[in-house]
Amino acid sequence: MNLTFAILAALTVVSAIAAMSLRNLVHCALCVAVTFGGLAALYLKLGAPFVGWAQVLIYVGAVAILIVFAILLTRSDAPAQPVVSKSWVAGIAVALLVFGVLTRAVMTSEITIQQPPAKPEPTVLKIGTELMTRYVLPLEATGLLLTAATIGAVIIALQEPVSKRKNVAGSSNTEQAGGASPAPNPPIPGGHV
Amino acid sequence: MIIALLKGLFLMIWKVLGDQPDPKADFLAALPEALRVLASVVLSVVPIMVTFPLLFAITTLLERKGLGRIQNRLGPNRVGPCGIFQPIADGLKMITKEDIVPRNADQLVHFLAPIALVIPTFLAYAVLPFGRHLVPINLDAGILFFFAVGASTELSVFMAGWSSRNKYSLLGAMRAIAQMISYEIPLIISTVTVIMLAGSLSLVDIVAKQTGFVGGILPHWNVFTPWGFAGFVMFLIASLAESNRSPFDLPEAESEIIAGHLTEYSGFKYALFFLAEYLGMFAVSGLAVTLFLGGWSAPLPYLDWMPTYVWFMAKLMAIVCLFIWIRGTLPRLRVDQLLNFAWKFMLPMSLLNLVVAAIWHFTSVWSFPGELAARWLLCAAMIAIPYVWLGRALSGDKKSTLRIYRFAD
Repeated sequence: MNLTFAILAALTVVSAIAAMSLRNLVHCALCVAVTFGGLAALYLKLGAPFVGWAQVLIYVGAVAILIVFAILLTRSDAPAQPVVSKSWVAGIAVALLVFGVLTRAVMTSEITIQQPPAKPEPTVLKIGTELMTRYVLPLEATGLLLTAATIGAVIIALQEPVSKRKNVAGSSNTEQAGGASPAPNPPIPGGHV
Repeated sequence: MIIALLKGLFLMIWKVLGDQPDPKADFLAALPEALRVLASVVLSVVPIMVTFPLLFAITTLLERKGLGRIQNRLGPNRVGPCGIFQPIADGLKMITKEDIVPRNADQLVHFLAPIALVIPTFLAYAVLPFGRHLVPINLDAGILFFFAVGASTELSVFMAGWSSRNKYSLLGAMRAIAQMISYEIPLIISTVTVIMLAGSLSLVDIVAKQTGFVGGILPHWNVFTPWGFAGFVMFLIASLAESNRSPFDLPEAESEIIAGHLTEYSGFKYALFFLAEYLGMFAVSGLAVTLFLGGWSAPLPYLDWMPTYVWFMAKLMAIVCLFIWIRGTLPRLRVDQLLNFAWKFMLPMSLLNLVVAAIWHFTSVWSFPGELAARWLLCAAMIAIPYVWLGRALSGDKKSTLRIYRFAD
């Protein structure tokens, strides 16, 4: 274990612990971003530049921003939760169980028996060629899944059809014109759609 | 030892100026083995850290002078002859100003935000080929690196806006992030066309593909192809938005939200934000030069004797001057106009450009007489017709008429 790895591992682990235990949610999100950065640095150290930079681009650049937006847009006024939850015994038990299963799976797998290949050299060109030839079907399936997710998100965000909103705006206008008492929360006029 | 070092240093400067290969070799050979890697890194980093902040100082003066002329006034002309020492005065003012941190601010995040913004911006320069032999690192995935470090600046903007505990700061940061995420997609897709045609993610290879001349006169640059021209224009528009410059400067719209995420910053931290903004603009312009304008290659065959870095910087400054011109000309967009433009116009056009680039690639096997003209016409029509159609469809029934100036004529 050399010094670079020790520093990177310490950074990743400490920021991950901070992300779990800090009280301010935005601080937690920023710590998660640091963890992502540390993971990317570990990938780079393992000689996988494509995976490392893709990790930075997607996780630090997009996922961290998504988390931050989610925190800001769904602010709840719930009372502050204690850092240690009530079910900590069960939590630790589950974590230990998962760790045990994973350790057993790794220790009994063929990776430990096989010698690693002499020089992997995962160049970007090779990754691209493999993605476009051998793994083209999984790639297309992932693309389809992501497109479906995007369309689903847009449909959920749409909520009400535009025609209905126009009707609401129109009815509120006639009410006001007729001298009726204005609604406590007048709907947004249709012109701003 | 000292004489050898001095000789190496002299040879290095001579080789850099004369555009010769491997300028660092003699200097590094004179150093002990243990120091070579460190010295090599320092020799690559220091010129970037000196040149581009200096260029920033020059550009602020150029911008203020240029904007002044565009708006029919003189611009700064008090400090030194013709105001050329204005950047120094501005810098001294920035450094000596009081550093004010709001009492309610999140002290640590407020302090870290400008640093977290400047470091990635400097990192982006690591992969740009400034000259034939002036490449800091030739990464296999250079473009990916550039966009990866660029994407991490968004989080710094959020840190600045959120930690200030000021509604204008947060609004400005939200606007900035929405804008950067939206325009990153057309920016990257218009880059993908170049990657497709060059077959490499390395910027050095992409420039190497663009050297040489068609028919001995026209340079082999990507911008002189239909997909390259469309891609270049879209790349420039998206990079204006990425660097928060006018007409996309609404994260800092003074009349609405004071100065956006910069509102609660003063003194040197404000200067760092300002520096990062300009450095980001230079970096993305440098990428545009590399991808579409042939990087360091000369525009005409008989100008090949000039050092290659001169051409790179000349093209970079041309793009910066274009940005200043645009800033002096166009009014600011509204938020909904900005996002509509990104998602309804830029995104479809850049996706279409991908198809056009693919057709350009596959029609390169045509071999009948006049095949170049036929390819050109086909690809240009595939871009121009949807451009006109989409533009008309998006502008609705609005008829543009000749504007009548009542007071200025």
